[in-house]
Order: sequence, then C-alpha cells, then structure tokens
Amino acid sequence: MAEMTYLEAISDGLRTEMRRDESVFCLGEDIGHFGGAFKVTAGFAEEFGPERVLDTPLAENAIVGAATGAAIEGMRPVCEMQFADFIACGFDQLVNVAAKLHYRQGQAVPIVVRLPSGGGFSGGPFHSQNPEAWFLQAPGLKVVAPATAADAKGLLASAIRDPNPVCFLEHKGLYRHVRGEVPEGEHTVPIGEARVAREGGELTVIAYGSAVPAALAAGEERGEDIEVIDLRSLWPLDREAILASVRKTGKVLIAHEATRACGVGAEVAALIGAEAFEDLDAPIRRLTAADVPIPFSPPLEQAVLPQLEDMKEACRELLAY
Amino acid sequence: MTLSDASAVMGAAVPLDPALLTRADRAELLRYMTMMRTAEERALSLYKQGKVPGSFYDGRGQEAISVGAAFALSPRDRLCILHRDLGAHFVRGVTPDRYLANYMGRAGGVTGGRDGNLHFGARELGCVGMVSMLPDMALVANGMALAMKMRGEPRVALTFFGDGSTANGQWHEAMNFAGVQRLPVVFVLENNHYAYSTPNELEFVVDPARRAEGYGFAGAEVDGNDVEAVFAAVHEAVERARAGGGPTLVECQTMRMHGHGAHDDMGYVPPELLAEWEARDPIQLYAARLIEEFGFAAEEVERIDAEVTAYVAACAERALASPLPEPGPALEGVFADRWEPLGDGAAPWSGWAEASAGAAVGAAVERRAA
Repeated sequence: MAEMTYLEAISDGLRTEMRRDESVFCLGEDIGHFGGAFKVTAGFAEEFGPERVLDTPLAENAIVGAATGAAIEGMRPVCEMQFADFIACGFDQLVNVAAKLHYRQGQAVPIVVRLPSGGGFSGGPFHSQNPEAWFLQAPGLKVVAPATAADAKGLLASAIRDPNPVCFLEHKGLYRHVRGEVPEGEHTVPIGEARVAREGGELTVIAYGSAVPAALAAGEERGEDIEVIDLRSLWPLDREAILASVRKTGKVLIAHEATRACGVGAEVAALIGAEAFEDLDAPIRRLTAADVPIPFSPPLEQAVLPQLEDMKEACRELLAY
Repeated sequence: MTLSDASAVMGAAVPLDPALLTRADRAELLRYMTMMRTAEERALSLYKQGKVPGSFYDGRGQEAISVGAAFALSPRDRLCILHRDLGAHFVRGVTPDRYLANYMGRAGGVTGGRDGNLHFGARELGCVGMVSMLPDMALVANGMALAMKMRGEPRVALTFFGDGSTANGQWHEAMNFAGVQRLPVVFVLENNHYAYSTPNELEFVVDPARRAEGYGFAGAEVDGNDVEAVFAAVHEAVERARAGGGPTLVECQTMRMHGHGAHDDMGYVPPELLAEWEARDPIQLYAARLIEEFGFAAEEVERIDAEVTAYVAACAERALASPLPEPGPALEGVFADRWEPLGDGAAPWSGWAEASAGAAVGAAVERRAA
C-alpha cells in the first residue's frame, strides 16, 4: 500500500497498465511532454515515448474516432478529454460509432474515455459539468465514477482491460483533496460493483463521485445512523447492493453533483420504487445540482451545486421523518 | 456539373502501368461491377415487392469506384465501406445472398437483422460497418491506420465518403489528423454531385481534392466511371501509404444515377445531365473496352454477364429462404465479453496472388512494401 492522492492514483493506474500491456496508449490534447491540463500524464512521454502518449489536434471526434479504430485493430486506447464538458464535441463518435458497434456487428471496442468532471472552482458553464447521464442513454457504454484513490486506480485498470467503451468520470474536486491507501502494482476493481463506504442502520445515502465524501462527512455527525453506498459504477448499476441497503434502512437519499432531471438519481429512485416499495419508510429524496447551467461566480455556483450543509440537512430531515 | 467538366478532370488520372492488371484481373473487374449492378437490381425489385423493410439505397453508376478501389487492397488491409460501395464488399468476399438477406432483415444477413441495408462490415473479412452519420468512418479508418503505424506494419486502411461528407466538420478533423500523423490511410471521395438533393455548389466552393494540399498530403482526381483509372489512383495511394508516405485523397468524379433512395424520384436532377452520364455507364464502357482494347471476345463478356446473372439469382433464392431472426436475441449483445481481431479479406488482384493463403499473407505484404 502507498498513500497517494486521487490524481496520483489515476496516474499510477494508467502507468501500471501501460507497463503491463504495450497495446495500451494515451491520446488527447496537451498530454505529452506538457503532461495534460491536470498533469495526470506528467512524465509519461519521457517513459513511454511520444507515440504512446499522443498529443492530438484540438479535435475530440478525431480523438474518439481514432481510439475506436485503433481498438478495433487491437490497441487499448485511453482518451483524455481535457474537460469532461468537451465530450460534447466527440459525442457522435462515442455514441453512434463506438457504443453501437458490438450490438450491430459483434465488433468489440475496448476504449476508455477519461472525463475530468465536476465543479466547485469557478470553472463556469463549460468546465464544470457532470455529463454522466448523457452516457446512460447510449446503450453500449459502461460508466464509472470513482470516489477514492484506490477505486480510481482499480476502476481505471478494469476500464482499460474491459472489451467495451468505458466512460471514466474523474472528479476534479477530488484530484488533490482526496488521499488514501492504494495497492501497489496491478490493482483492479470490478466494474458494476458498488461499495458500502460506511455502515449504518437508519438511512441509506446512495452517492458517487464528489457526493461520497460529503455523505461520509454527514454520516460522521450521526454515529451509526447513516449508511453510505458508493455506486462507483453508474452502468451497469449494482442493483443488488442498492436494494440490500434500502431493505435494511428503509430511507433513501440519493446524492450526486450532476443535474437532477433524468439523472442517475432518477434511475436509482425508479429502481427502488419498483423493487423495494414495501421496504420504504419515507419518500425517496434526491440531493443534486439544480437544473441550470453551472454559473461562474462563487455565490451563484454555490447556489446551484449541492453543498455539505444541504447534505446534512437532507439527512436530518429524512432521519426525523 | 456537365460532361465537359467531368472530362476536364480526367487528365489528372494516374497513368496505369498496363502490366499491373492481367487479362484475368480485367475479367474480374468487370465481373465484380456486374455483380454489384445485378445484385442491386435484384434488391430493388425485392424492395418493390415489399420484401425489404425500411428503405433502399444503391450505387448505380458508381460501380467502378468501389470495385476499382477495393481491388487494390491486400488481404490484411482494412476497409470502412459506405452505402454506395457494394462492389467493395463483393471484392472482399461478401456473397450476394448475405447482402440481399441483410436488406430483407433476415437471419442470414451480415448483421443478422441488427442493422439494415449496407450498414454492415463483415468482421471476418476485415471490414468495419458504416454508421449513417457521415463521414464518421473516416475517423475510424484513421484509428486503424494509427494502430498499423504504431506497430510498424505495412498495412493500409481505406474508406469511402461522398461529396456531402466533405462539408461536415468531422471531415476536417479526419483530414487534419491523418495529415498531422502521416497515417497510412486512403480516402476515396465519390463525388456523385448530389448529397441527397443538394448539388456540389451548395456544399463547397473549393473542390475537395484541391483541399488535400492544405492538409499536407496528396490529392488526385480521377474519372470515377473508369474502373482502371480508379484502380490506378488507389493503387498508387495504397503503395504510398504502405511505404510511409502518408494519406491520399482520391476524388472520383461520377454521377448518382438513381435517387438518394428508392423513395426519391430525383426530380431535381436535370434529365440531360443524367443522359450524359448514362452514355458513360462504367460497366458498358469497360465491357466495350475489354473487347476493343484488350482482345476479349464478345462471347467472353456476355458469358461473364450470364454467369453473374445466374449466380445472383441463386443467391437471391438463398436469401429468400433465410428466416427472419428470432426476436429474443434482440436484447443481447449490447456488451462484448472479449475482443477478437478482424479477419483478412479476399484480395483477388493478381498482385496479391502470392498472398492468398494464410500465413503467407503478412510476409507477402512486407515483400511488396520493401
């Protein structure tokens, strides 16, 4: 075990997989000698050479399309979107080409799209988004969103080894604020398995990404009341882990930083409503960003994004219900 | 676009070394073009009989392009084939029964009913099926070429697109990326002068082949109704790519002789323009040339036509005998359990004859590239 930040764990996972398998390569904007906008690939070009840490033109469809073609030919490409928001510019290749190739003609497309996501730092409407729900409407994509350093490393390795396109949402707010013990060497975390981040008996907070540390902080205040389920994988969803916790506690708060309408929370709430209705002791609550673009100025951004105090308040209300 | 405009670009055609094509090659070129025409005519009649769900599209008048281009490829080269390029599928080894069954949504179609018309790529023959968004596959061809380049393999990826595709932003992304990375990729532009109903002058000001220079690689314009001219230009492009010389954009001037789809009466095309191009039908021109220039007997040419007609008829019977797919598996196959490599395609050109069997292929490709 080594202690490292969430960002260092992503780098470590990527570096470990590139050392393990020479078909793994990275492509994206400014990722070579510059090391990427967030320095995830700092030092990679020196170790692996510029061909395996490929600086591309500013062209997101070209990045995802090239990754798709290279994957068909046996490579394991890892695309970096400089910001998750920019996948909008590569969306066509992702949802129309990569996602559908296996269903249409049995062609596996083992690509990873790394998506630095999330707000809270005055990034404004185009550098703060959490676009995961876009991908859930495109059958053929797997979607993961780690909240810990160990999961960041392990899920990235699993995403690289998976024969399908995987959207890897890495929250920028966690990059340097989350630290943890991370297994050294090869480490994988299975896609599709949630994690009980904290055990409790009265209320389940189902969260992922940046909502997980907030849920844990809220849980600290309430002793053994609050259970926190860290989804880790958004598709496929770990239905059993969700339902098992709900059946235990009977109260549910679903928390994510992404906007509310038709989001992951809506899907999880529908699952619980359909499969665990009889076990509920309170209405299902959601804590999410408001359904507006993410504004720039700090007081405006804080008004839109869910805050820790909102989490605590929602937990208090549900526990008192 | 008038006939005189089309004639003006023909001077740019690459001179073909006559020794590149044997007598048998020339018979094959005619055979594949005829097979495309005959199979599409049969598919259109099936559509009119109500046996094709959805819509129907063909490449009538453009047979020389897909056949001539695909004929230049080695077994281990890879293709993304578009909806007016049936001849390329046939050259690589897809049989007409699988094509016709695909159109009818039958289990025996290349996609088993998962996707329609020519939205297929036979994996076992080294092809990746197109999507409807154009020119998306140019970016995928880039990626295949990137993998080949990274591994130092003397292989080539080839894709087709139309004149309308050159107006889309992804076309620029594809050309620019290929140029920057100097990829072993060949872009074959079929300029059939109409993107659905929109003529060239509403799609672009500067002809796409001239834009190649702006991306830092070679461009060529050829008469797309001359199968040997297409073969020559693509052969040169493929050899350049294989030798590390980077991409080529080959613009083939042709005319879409049917509507965008069978539902389109193409009332927007001047009848005299169609008449001009009808007189330059690629199959009739080539059949006449085989007789006049290459010493074929008229009976030989007629025999090819008769053999193809009988073959396609038999294939149509097989396709009609193929059942509709069971509905249950519609819910399966969203995700893959494992990655498997594409297979190698047929390469009927005599230049690849030595590469026709299994393990010899890679070595032959490398010998040719050396």
